[in-house]
Amino acid sequence: MLTLTGKPVSTGIGIGPLATYRRAAISTEVRPVEDTEAELARFRKAREEAAGQLGSLYAKALETVGEKDAAIFEIHRMMLEDDEYTEGVEGRIREGLNAEAAVDQTALELAAVFRDMEDEYMRGRAADVTDVSRRVVQILCGAASEDAFVYEKVILAAGDLSPEEVMHLDAETVLGIVLSAGSATSHTAILIRNLGIPAVFGVGQAVCGQEGKTAVVDAIGGKVFLDPDEATLTEMRERQGRWQESQKALERVRGKESVTQDGQKVRIYANAGHLADLPGVVGSDAEGIGLFRSEFIYLESDDYPTEEQQFAVYKKVLEAMPGKRVIIRTMDIGADKKADYFALKPEENPALGLRAIRLCLTRPELFKTQLRALCRASAYGKLAVMFPMIISVEEVRRAREMLRKAKLELLAEGVPVAETIETGIMIETPAAAIISDKLAKEVDFFSIGTNDLTQYTLAIDRQQTGLDDFFDAHHPALLRLIEMTVRNAHEAGIWAGICGELGADLSMTETFLRMGIDELSVPAASVLLLRSKVRSLDIGASGNKEL
Amino acid sequence: MKTFSYTVTDELGIHARPAGALVKEAKKFESRLSVAKGAKKADMKKLFAVMGLGARKGDVLVVEAEGADEAAAAASVEAFLKANL
Repeated sequence: MLTLTGKPVSTGIGIGPLATYRRAAISTEVRPVEDTEAELARFRKAREEAAGQLGSLYAKALETVGEKDAAIFEIHRMMLEDDEYTEGVEGRIREGLNAEAAVDQTALELAAVFRDMEDEYMRGRAADVTDVSRRVVQILCGAASEDAFVYEKVILAAGDLSPEEVMHLDAETVLGIVLSAGSATSHTAILIRNLGIPAVFGVGQAVCGQEGKTAVVDAIGGKVFLDPDEATLTEMRERQGRWQESQKALERVRGKESVTQDGQKVRIYANAGHLADLPGVVGSDAEGIGLFRSEFIYLESDDYPTEEQQFAVYKKVLEAMPGKRVIIRTMDIGADKKADYFALKPEENPALGLRAIRLCLTRPELFKTQLRALCRASAYGKLAVMFPMIISVEEVRRAREMLRKAKLELLAEGVPVAETIETGIMIETPAAAIISDKLAKEVDFFSIGTNDLTQYTLAIDRQQTGLDDFFDAHHPALLRLIEMTVRNAHEAGIWAGICGELGADLSMTETFLRMGIDELSVPAASVLLLRSKVRSLDIGASGNKEL
Repeated sequence: MKTFSYTVTDELGIHARPAGALVKEAKKFESRLSVAKGAKKADMKKLFAVMGLGARKGDVLVVEAEGADEAAAAASVEAFLKANL
């Protein structure tokens, strides 16, 4: 058995014989041409045929992956019909070149223009030009197009695949895809994901020349097994069965309301900690983002991120979720999340040290930069701002005042800012939960951070091993604090949610709903799972919300 | 001749999809349309030329329309830029 590791880009498990992706043999060699006019006609006919193929690919993609991701085929067709392209090819044919060579050379020249561009995205377009030209050359060579190869019930292995090649595949018959290279952010990856084919990219060259062997693509764990032993095969088959069944059940609640049998509604949001999480969140059917951790912007930087850098990130997040609430938590730096340039003093007890809102209020210039960036981004969606690690009313007032000033400053500069930016706080210290009646009068919402709330309530360091026997994720003290927080929120007329790990704990869903929780923010992968759980519950009339 | 300038506000600049749409828009008109970024000038009816500008956020574009329907062409392209880029 050979085990390869790669990047899972499209989840699921596929099992079947490995087949290597075959491209039609084509030649772009220069050969003598006798009749230039006939050669021109050959090119025009091939170009027309290619445009027709792209047109039907576009139509097929519209149905299977949606307009946004289908657009690439429309672009390819436009490239093919662009004057610069056709004039380039026809000019070369008139100079005596054969059509294949003329197409190839024109493509190389145009691709070079893109390759020289500053922008990484535009550099990537060089591949588009090459893809389009390969299609034309293939027709010119009379080579069978990819459609002729049937990949039925196989795991497909290739170095890389173009978006066109992916669209030609039949999602029903390809069981999985393994690429030795491939980029997780490419159009290819997006299309494969939309088609729902389990895929692992970047497994290296070892996958070549293994045709016919049994392969398992575990795109949940990011592994590929070739010639798996009996035990692995049995285990993966079981996992595949469980996965498929749960997927079927989950897909049934996509787009549905998160409501119990007896009509109690709850909003299910997703957590995100990086821009890279956004596609997952968008695809998860989450009703909003309940916790966007802004720390990564600081942790992945070598110096304090500028207002401009932060604004670009926040704007992207908001634009990914049009019309939906996006709660961005201001930086929670400190404790286990530290960046060198902050030059924070070593602390004996970092979890109880200078972190999160404390750091922000100690170094207002840093906080101001973030608040300005957030206010500017607020013009692009439904932004809510959330402050972490609150223990007093005073902190909330100071933070809100700074937010208000940032907003006024921007408005005075003529920069658009949303009319209302909801403001909330994390309830993650016992102090905040206990005075939640007072805090509720200061903010628009609460979000309970159960990870820290648990560690502070139980005085158990979750990063330390050996304490498992004492740890109880459902400790009654914790549940009472949560219940109290929700009750105080409702008495003050604001809403309360949970954004910690406990929110995704399905054994607690009923308890939280009985408390009257308004929102649960969970990892993207748990959204449908949680909704399916909520929809299965009947918590006995809408009255009883007591624990 | 009609001319106006426009500053790109889209975070990604004129990438493939909007470039394609812009070219489509330009082709609706009979007038010659061009878009320039600094010294680089592109025929707005040619996709490679428009994409080749590599226009990014903050770049100032100068659009020129010349021909029978230049007024309508300029107005429509300007509206398109404002709405999409």
